[in-house]
Amino acid sequence: MSYYQGLQAEVVSFRGHNGDQGEAYYGRPLRAGKFPGIVVIHHIPGWCEWTTEVVRKLAHHGYAAIAPHLYFREGGPNESPDDLGARIRAAGGVADAQVMGDVAGAMAYLRAQPNAAGKIGVIGFCSGGRHTYLAACTLKGIDAAIDCWGGNVIVDNPKDLNDRRPVAPIDLTEKMSCPLLGIFGNDDRNPTADQVNRTEAVLKKFGKNYEFHRYNGAGHAFFDWQRDAYRPEQAMDGWRKVFGFFNRHLATSAASIAAE
Amino acid sequence: MCSYIVEKTALIGSAKGRKGWMKIDTANVYFDHPYYSTLDHVLAIDFTNEGEGGRDRVAVELSADSARALVERILAALASGEVAHGGVATPVAVAAE
Repeated sequence: MSYYQGLQAEVVSFRGHNGDQGEAYYGRPLRAGKFPGIVVIHHIPGWCEWTTEVVRKLAHHGYAAIAPHLYFREGGPNESPDDLGARIRAAGGVADAQVMGDVAGAMAYLRAQPNAAGKIGVIGFCSGGRHTYLAACTLKGIDAAIDCWGGNVIVDNPKDLNDRRPVAPIDLTEKMSCPLLGIFGNDDRNPTADQVNRTEAVLKKFGKNYEFHRYNGAGHAFFDWQRDAYRPEQAMDGWRKVFGFFNRHLATSAASIAAE
Repeated sequence: MCSYIVEKTALIGSAKGRKGWMKIDTANVYFDHPYYSTLDHVLAIDFTNEGEGGRDRVAVELSADSARALVERILAALASGEVAHGGVATPVAVAAE
């Protein structure tokens, strides 16, 4: 068997919130076997190319990964995701309840595949990190969650709560039902280092299973190699933390080739 | 993190997009993480025609400094241009919301 294994990635149809049918980007190892599943939650700008790269990276490392297109209701399958994202933004964004329904639907898609090993993780970036925190507190059946620099987990100004985002995720922490990994840049302004510390204090208060990693010299979205924000050293260490965490909580012995 | 903060303004004009020229009636302006640019944050403007459903847009992503410079140049062009043309009566845009 070669050190590197093949993978297949494609756009699939899944059932999201309210049974609505939408698109998702799904990647899995090509070899025979059972694989843990991971849901990837994209950021506010939309279902971007980098999100699909994350799916392929996870599949390369032995996971079946799916990134639901959270804005699929806004347009047709051939419309550019960034145009859909612009419309969603202008309309005030997607509701938390809808996103949770879509994540649950993506989890169900993974579980229904013949390659499903059983365990499911969730990882999200930016607003997807916030959604991951929410999912860890509100959805059943998640075995591990990774919040990458999700802002607004703590909502300091009550005016920032509204019908679509009615509850600050931090206020649901007591209900968190799975281990949480948090990855943050100390130069980020949302979440700030102080907000990360306050989030950790609440997790500690409720005795949650968590680990936080904070990086100096990094701000927001420092994994994103397409941006000036990219910090290769911190990002490489962060990815090692991601795979170490998922391997511990999700993987079978054969699932990952990631080095810790 | 990204935010949903959008400054919306009604306007009168036209823009050229992937389908050619179109009338526009709205600009959505925001400062956030970009979709395409390599910058950490951009001043983004989406020109749309909400009166026709707002499905098509002409989009730009600008650095903060260049956006400020552009604001100045727009005002300068308006000032000098309106003088050159002897003053131009400007139609009033109807609010999009």
